Amino acid sequence: MARMISYCMRIIEIPMLYLQKRLGISRLAWVFLLPNLLLFGLFAFLPVVLNFVYAMTGSDQILLQDRTFVGMGNYQTLTSCEDFLNPNSCKDDLFWRAVYNTFWFVLLQVGFMVGFALLTALMLNSKIRARGFFRSVFFFPVLLSPVVVALIWKWILQREGLANAALEGMGFDTINWLLDRHWAFFWSVFISVWAHMGFYTLILLAGLQAIPRDVYEAASMDAASPFRTFRRITLPLLMPTMIVVLVLSLIKSVQTFDEVYAFTGGGPGSATTLLIQYVYETGFAGTPRLFGLASAASILLAVVLVILTCLQLWASRRNVNG
Amino acid sequence: MGKAIAFLTRTRGRGDGSQRLHWTDWFTYGYLFLGIVLMFGPVVWLVMSSFKTDAELNNFPPRFLPYAQESVVLDGHKKPLPLFTVTEGELAGTQVAQVRRVGIVSQMVKLDAPDEIIKIKVKEREPVEKLALAWENYTDLFKRFNFLQFLWNSTFITIISTLIMLLVNSMAAFALSKYEFRGRTTVLALIIGTLMIPQTVVLVPLFLVVREMGMINSLWGVIIPGAATPTGVFLLRQYMLTIPDEILDAARMDKASEWKIYWRIILPLSAPAIAVLAILAIMWRWNDFLWPLIVLSRTENFTLQLALNSFQGEMQTQWSSLLAMTVLTLLPIAVVFAFLQKYIATGIASTGGK
Repeated sequence: MARMISYCMRIIEIPMLYLQKRLGISRLAWVFLLPNLLLFGLFAFLPVVLNFVYAMTGSDQILLQDRTFVGMGNYQTLTSCEDFLNPNSCKDDLFWRAVYNTFWFVLLQVGFMVGFALLTALMLNSKIRARGFFRSVFFFPVLLSPVVVALIWKWILQREGLANAALEGMGFDTINWLLDRHWAFFWSVFISVWAHMGFYTLILLAGLQAIPRDVYEAASMDAASPFRTFRRITLPLLMPTMIVVLVLSLIKSVQTFDEVYAFTGGGPGSATTLLIQYVYETGFAGTPRLFGLASAASILLAVVLVILTCLQLWASRRNVNG
Repeated sequence: MGKAIAFLTRTRGRGDGSQRLHWTDWFTYGYLFLGIVLMFGPVVWLVMSSFKTDAELNNFPPRFLPYAQESVVLDGHKKPLPLFTVTEGELAGTQVAQVRRVGIVSQMVKLDAPDEIIKIKVKEREPVEKLALAWENYTDLFKRFNFLQFLWNSTFITIISTLIMLLVNSMAAFALSKYEFRGRTTVLALIIGTLMIPQTVVLVPLFLVVREMGMINSLWGVIIPGAATPTGVFLLRQYMLTIPDEILDAARMDKASEWKIYWRIILPLSAPAIAVLAILAIMWRWNDFLWPLIVLSRTENFTLQLALNSFQGEMQTQWSSLLAMTVLTLLPIAVVFAFLQKYIATGIASTGGK
């Protein structure tokens, strides 16, 4: 393998040498950039432009020349509601259900995840033995694939699974976890927190370890209580890291699809259908394939993401400068 | 006992007992051990379950260890017969083999008299069990399902796209860190801009582009679009900036071509960053789900993730194969993690994930 790669590299050297003589060293930079820019152009920038075209056209044809222009029609379909708080009164009720589900999902998932990540990071940062081991215990689910995470928990929560056995052992009635809309939603949030918490714990732990020790020593000299130390020292000094963690987790949470889709399939009914699943199902899984509607929905989502990403860049820059 | 507790709870420092564990320490360890149970438990349970026979999987309440019923081969019977212990009646305590079951009565034979049929009520017998790993769950995957094909698809996508990603991104990072040219800031800004365009928001037009290039239902349709990542470019560029320019000048004096400088000097020197990106790329591709779900619709093109997802719908009752397949899907990542966990942790922390 290594030999093959080195052989390939030697072959590439021939045209590169020719280009170097032809263009000169400074323009050769563009040759090095070319593959990357080509990929970004084709698979990131071009799609962004096309997305707007799709959002303004209708019909189930994928080719642009076969599509009819509908102007803002798709947006109107998505946003025509008699009462925005009641998805049933909307023209596209599934979209609004997905919006509300995503809203609650993001709120609960980010809240619990950052909360537990902070708690875990604090625990890991205290004087304990085998810190490395405990750190990897909390971290390893991050590496599992979303489908595997979904199946692990589905197996535990199935009708005759471990969770129900535990309930019965304690003398309660068994529950059909994934057929009850509230439980299904709860477990979707739960597995998502379970799978991603370790990642944020790691970042917060790094933030905690960057706080200088002597500040704490000074605090203990002044006989500050642990709670006061936490509120007056740890929390303010950890704030920049916290902001990064919050924004990053918001960006990812809004785009959740994989684990929840593999876990519940959006059900029961549409109780756990999130926005990306709406886009996937309107655009690709359902018939007719409503590409325009899917595009319009993803543009609305993109607006949220752009705002969040700007926040992230701002936060991380402030972090570097501060 | 008291001494044992004193030993376990001692802390570093003076040994006179003035630094026993505080209640907050107990709370910390309690929390952390609960964490072990909650984080490892489900995976251990999955692995244990994947070694259980179908009969054992349907058992409620489930048991932790995989048990299987013992069976014996007797003269005059072609198949191995399941073994039972009689619990009531005059034969109580003896082991018998079941020939067949009719309603609530099973027809049994004694081990030393295989021709003589005795009838025993189903309630009055108990299966003889031993610990046994049901490896057939795993071997069945290769026999009855197209498992090797899925494994091959996943492996091919992971390896090829990791190689392409490393090459393309390191070339761009090299240009952006070691050359002064007009438009460099613009290019950097453009690449930062792509951070705001995750695949999830351009699914439909991306599908068109990939379709027009004839890559739908082809593994290349998964490999190519994800090959350039802003994260990768920045990770490598940040590292390459720390390589002193004097090395490059020295190489140029020796008439090395620019490509040779990139390939022979810059790449080997940025090996740590390349390793981090390689690990991330392997993880991203192996675990990738949404885009393959859209691009690959034929079963023979499925990656392991897609196969798992589609089988869980079809084989609602066939958990034994599904569990074995889940274990095999998480195994490569678990192995990588076991060996490289330090790098993974630092790599992920330094790039902010994806």
